[in-house]
Amino acid sequence: MITLEDVSKTYETGSRAIRDISLHIRQGEFVFIVGNSGSGKSTLIKLLLKELEPSSGSIVVDGLDITKMKRKKIPMYRRNIGVVFQDFRLLKDRSVYENVAFAQRVVAAPSRQIRRRVPEILNMVGLAGKYKSYPRQLSGGEQQRVAIARALVNQPAILLADEPTGNLDPENSWEIMKLLEEINRQGTTVIVVTHNREIVDQMQKRVIAMKSGKIVSDEEKGGYTHED
Amino acid sequence: MRISTFFYCLRQGFQNITRNKLFSLASIGTICASIFLLGLFYSIIVNFSHIVKEAETTVGITIFFDEDISYDEAKMEEIAGEISQRPEVEKMVFISADEAWNYFKDEYFDGRTELAEGFAQDNPLAASASYEIYLNHVEDQTEFVRYLEEIPGIRKINYSEIAVRGLTSVNKIISYVSVAIVAVLIFVAVFLITNTIGLSISVRREEIQIMRLIGATKFFVRQPFIVEGILIGLIGAAIPLAVIYYIYENLVRYAADRLQLLSGLFVFLPVGQIMAVLIPMALGLGVGIGFFGSVFSVRKHLKA
Repeated sequence: MITLEDVSKTYETGSRAIRDISLHIRQGEFVFIVGNSGSGKSTLIKLLLKELEPSSGSIVVDGLDITKMKRKKIPMYRRNIGVVFQDFRLLKDRSVYENVAFAQRVVAAPSRQIRRRVPEILNMVGLAGKYKSYPRQLSGGEQQRVAIARALVNQPAILLADEPTGNLDPENSWEIMKLLEEINRQGTTVIVVTHNREIVDQMQKRVIAMKSGKIVSDEEKGGYTHED
Repeated sequence: MRISTFFYCLRQGFQNITRNKLFSLASIGTICASIFLLGLFYSIIVNFSHIVKEAETTVGITIFFDEDISYDEAKMEEIAGEISQRPEVEKMVFISADEAWNYFKDEYFDGRTELAEGFAQDNPLAASASYEIYLNHVEDQTEFVRYLEEIPGIRKINYSEIAVRGLTSVNKIISYVSVAIVAVLIFVAVFLITNTIGLSISVRREEIQIMRLIGATKFFVRQPFIVEGILIGLIGAAIPLAVIYYIYENLVRYAADRLQLLSGLFVFLPVGQIMAVLIPMALGLGVGIGFFGSVFSVRKHLKA
């Protein structure tokens, strides 16, 4: 599904965010990427979203070398990847329903499909009753569910979650992780960047640990073994 | 593009305007002001050049012939025929000695025809057959007079140098001033609308960021802003058009009612004739300002 080969990223300032990483993630996998700030995990996410270009190396996603992709193709590529952020990034002036429908409109989905898919996905994340609410009326956990619904409504093959529980209390964090696990069970490849030690330890998934731009460990059913 | 996407973009464009009410109003206001001034200048200029045109048609050159030729119509026609071949000439009017006398008589004796009867058999203006020459462009007059002076058989050339010089320079000044003013106004309007759309974009920076991550095409991101710009331009053009129509129509009516004394001197063009040019010009300009203003702004703010 995702293959990185000898990927490096050096910023214009000279800081080397990622050094020579090679990595393979299979379709349908659930992967944690852990590491403290400055370890290069945010840069890795940005490279996968093609917000940044690697300085060297190749990144192949779904059989496509995205380092050689033309700019015009980027929107189409991104439609295949759902993203969830720590700060939710919902549109504050729109209802839950509109926030999710927004993702469908962006990809020019037909109205009939929007009316069918949006309630369906809101039901799945457990927010069917709150479709009229606005983000400020929701708890952090609920807002993150909306964000997940938005990321999934276009049925991407990959879900990237960048610190999805960073702003949540433990209880809500667990709810979100269970939801992500359920999504993974239905076939979506899920990549979660986090430094929530408890969650990583208990979930027993593949854990890739990064430090100073390098992968320092990669274990199936691992824990948050790497020290900060 | 899907119809639903088109309507979505359209709706977003409308909503953008209401979201940043203050700046939208400021933009609409400046476009209104620019187009109002444009319309105002246009109305004045068109009426003015109409007057100038009217005046031009009354400015002619009159030529008189040497005495021996003045009695010989064939000879006069020959000279006139040659002159009328010139491209500058719009038309030539022949005034025979009798006609000249009749004009003079009417004006001088003012209806007391009995006083003129003494001259009945002997036209005092017998050698005064003449041609009035009207040119296409008054600017050419000085050149043309020089040409006429070269022609043998012409005794006298009457023309008004001052009238020509006045009309020519008024024409020039009007066209220079109007082009300059309109250019400045358009520049200001584009600048302001660029700022408004720029603000609209920065207010929605987060939304745009999200759109791009979800996989929105540039076209999709850009479209609502362009709709917004065009709408602002259209509204900004429609309001001054209505105002100008109202003012102009009332002014023409007022002038017709109250200023009858001037009516011979000064004839307003009908409002329909003004609006026939002004409406497409203002709407086109409004849409153009709105469109290019937002394209510039989007290009500046949506890099990468």
